[in-house]
Amino acid sequence: MNSILTSPAAATFLGIPGPVLFTLITVVGMAAFTYILVRRFAPLLRAQPDPRFSDLPQRLWKLLKFGFLQWRQPRYMFPGVLHILLFAGFLVLSVRSISLVVVGIVDGFVLPGLGGSAGVVYSVLKDIAATVVLAVAAIAMVRRGIFKPKRYEVPARYGKDHTWEAVLVLGLIIGLVTFDMLFEGSEAVSQMRAGNDVGHLLPATGPWLVAYLLGAASPGVLQAVHLGGYLLHELTFFAFLCLLPFGKHFHVITSLPNVFLGKLRKGTIKPVRWDVKEEELDNLKSLGVKTFEDFTWKQMLDFYSCVDCGRCSDNCPANAAGRPLSPRFISIKSREYAFKRYPIFGAVGPAGEPLIGNALHEDEIWSCTTCGACEEECPVLIEYIDKIVDLRRGMVDEGMVPQSLQKPLSALEKRGNPWGKMEKKRADWCKEAEVPVAVLDGGGSAETLYFVDSITSYDDRMQKIGQATARLLTDAGIEFGILGAAERDSGHEVLRFGEQTLYQSLKEQNTEAIQATGAKRIVTADPHAFNALKNDYQGLPPVEHISQTILRGVREGRIAFNPVEDQSKVYTYHDPCYLGRHNELYEEPRQVLESIPGLRQAEMERCRDRSFCCGGGGLMLFFEPEEEQRMGVLRVKMAQEAGANVIVTACPFCLVNIEDAIKVAGLEGEMEAIDLTELADRQVKRQVTAIDNCVNQ
Amino acid sequence: MDILVCVTRVPDTAENEIEVSKDGTDIERGALVYSINEADNYAVEEAIQIKERVGGSVTVVTVGTEESEEVLRREMAMGADKGILLTDDAFAGTDGRGIATILKAEVEKGKYDLILTGALADAGAGEVGGMLAAMLDRPYASLVNSIEIVDESTLKVGREVEGGNTEMNRIKLPCVLSIQTGINEPRYVGIRGIRQVASVQIPVHGAGDLGLKAEAIAPRVQRQDYFVPTFGAGAEMLEGSNEEIIEKLVEMLKAKGGLK
Repeated sequence: MNSILTSPAAATFLGIPGPVLFTLITVVGMAAFTYILVRRFAPLLRAQPDPRFSDLPQRLWKLLKFGFLQWRQPRYMFPGVLHILLFAGFLVLSVRSISLVVVGIVDGFVLPGLGGSAGVVYSVLKDIAATVVLAVAAIAMVRRGIFKPKRYEVPARYGKDHTWEAVLVLGLIIGLVTFDMLFEGSEAVSQMRAGNDVGHLLPATGPWLVAYLLGAASPGVLQAVHLGGYLLHELTFFAFLCLLPFGKHFHVITSLPNVFLGKLRKGTIKPVRWDVKEEELDNLKSLGVKTFEDFTWKQMLDFYSCVDCGRCSDNCPANAAGRPLSPRFISIKSREYAFKRYPIFGAVGPAGEPLIGNALHEDEIWSCTTCGACEEECPVLIEYIDKIVDLRRGMVDEGMVPQSLQKPLSALEKRGNPWGKMEKKRADWCKEAEVPVAVLDGGGSAETLYFVDSITSYDDRMQKIGQATARLLTDAGIEFGILGAAERDSGHEVLRFGEQTLYQSLKEQNTEAIQATGAKRIVTADPHAFNALKNDYQGLPPVEHISQTILRGVREGRIAFNPVEDQSKVYTYHDPCYLGRHNELYEEPRQVLESIPGLRQAEMERCRDRSFCCGGGGLMLFFEPEEEQRMGVLRVKMAQEAGANVIVTACPFCLVNIEDAIKVAGLEGEMEAIDLTELADRQVKRQVTAIDNCVNQ
Repeated sequence: MDILVCVTRVPDTAENEIEVSKDGTDIERGALVYSINEADNYAVEEAIQIKERVGGSVTVVTVGTEESEEVLRREMAMGADKGILLTDDAFAGTDGRGIATILKAEVEKGKYDLILTGALADAGAGEVGGMLAAMLDRPYASLVNSIEIVDESTLKVGREVEGGNTEMNRIKLPCVLSIQTGINEPRYVGIRGIRQVASVQIPVHGAGDLGLKAEAIAPRVQRQDYFVPTFGAGAEMLEGSNEEIIEKLVEMLKAKGGLK
């Protein structure tokens, strides 16, 4: 079908031939866009290395799932669906936009493959897409501009409100699709007048509506709308393109690569430097991230990819408790700093300028419990924990460590536990275990090694977890040993608090001690130790959490439970971060609970991968944060809302924090906390045979 | 400003279970872990902060054994420029006056505008700073909890006095100050920092190098006995309504200086 109206490539604009004008707009637009991108990516070239091209199939799957299928969007249903529609619309319209650019230069240009019926199908499809995009953008604009959901607010300490940015870009999107509709609708009217079939013009789509509205317009008006629509579309298109790298809409360009390049191994912490071996770190002058260029290029790409959607902060327990941390603003502030440091025009900022004090604050970085709620939620797979740890490494290297953490760190260095208790007392808990516990103390071997870790070894209350674990292992018919005085703190939080050298020393001591026992497998009841031995350490036998061991005992018929006596109790299971989110063990503990007859269970709204951190483990117990309330108190209230009166945890740190929180919240007597091992130990069917004393080998 | 900080290595009370030895003249040292004396660590941090503000150098010195080198290295990892170890068999068993005598001999070998010590070490006497100042005939302020540099030859120092109050003083350089904990927030030093100064040479001076004769440092005070006091009668139970109990408790705290 030949066009009736004069096409942009055949027209002249203020005496300038269309192809000349549109070639100029395209060349200037693309040149500007390329220049801006080159400047934006300048810091990435100065950044630290980060190998992100391994495991291609896994990465392609990530790209498909989280990128093209927008897997995490529906976790926030309404905005998620809006985004999926907008994203799908953009994918369809990107083809249209490319062909439109060329149409102004080469008259009657059609993209290869879109000539015949495929072209008609595409044309219908893109009209639908454009209409959907228009509607969604309008709804989003009203939502952002008028209803202003709380999640997008910018607290004063993090800068100014970002609403205008969202509204501006939504306006540009509306402009883009509207101008195309005018361009196409005006031609459609002319075709209809000439008696030609415009069957692909689907009713209720944008171009159809334009054609309907322009039904009575004069040919002159139609011509003006046609060319004006095209010109404005081109100008808006390049303006939009060049505006993207200036803010949150950079994600339009960077988020798909960011998802493809995402982290593959959960629960791990990145090495200090990908290009320096652990044992050679002592040769480095500086450790960790201190200046912007100390970040890896992927960490910088994360900053560029942040959509400012606020889902991370909405889920961040530190943010909820009023600590001075909002993960969203780690990204936003770092991005703003990057833009300032690497301006589009002009020189790069001063070398060696510290990030702490200029873009970020000490308290902000220490406030994180590394629970992983932010990373679990981020639709574009931004990694926060590795950055927090890298920044802490930098602060530790500079001696900037809160006073409250210095004592436990020094005790860990000297005694292998944060309280500075004597090594020889590490196995004292097993005196009351009521079953024989083989204390290896640096000699002797064991098929199964129970790694106890510091809190369960030394804390009076948590020793009960150790004792219950020992009994349950015995019930399950597992002969086991513990390292005793040879065990050191797993260093899980030492690593995550940035004390790399101390962590390495603890890891070496434990690895050596564990390997000396010849153990074929390791069991632990502490998810932090579990994660450390499984994901942080290398060269150890397989590690399992006690919930897995108990469940296997139940399935093999070695462990059976008595019915719960008090039927008025409602139990709710609190997912420990390092069991759930970081290691995806959601089912095993729940199945153990389900195998206890008569146990009434309720789920909290925030459970499984949306579990809410109790306040943090390891060194976090010593840290004195600036906060409005305790995370644990918030969590206890969530359990109350779920109608529960017993919180079951599977982590000694959760138990400390939740038991404290019950007291702080004044809910003693109404709410109680119990560890999964204690509950299982209480309910297990066993014949009473009390044997005490530790057996030294 | 060239600053000398006198430090010492002590058993870490937070990380040890302290028991009196059988003969009662010392504590059981078998399984002890040692660290820098806490107040000394504050003194070094203060010295480093002064250096960062006005330039100069920080030297740390200790009277001890070869093992004391570890605390010197720790403080050098923190930012002290130089460490000096004063050790000699003749120094063993000396008293506070002896230590002050040894330090005085070292001070006279160098040129220091300011000498800092911790307010108190493990023996709890708090005497070395004052004795050293007297021996050097320099002005002295004890229990210092703030230092402000007025000009090249004057400092303004705050001292902690009764009831948590602060007294402000002017003091002329060169002088000696004993530093109270809490004057600053000492920076963290980990294994890595200490490793990085592992190869720095630390001069070792003995009695001969310092020109000291054995009798000059022989102890004039001799420790006779340590003992753990017997437990008292126990707790005093406060009775009455909550309000009455609170009132009594507040009164008692005030009487004992726990509340102002």
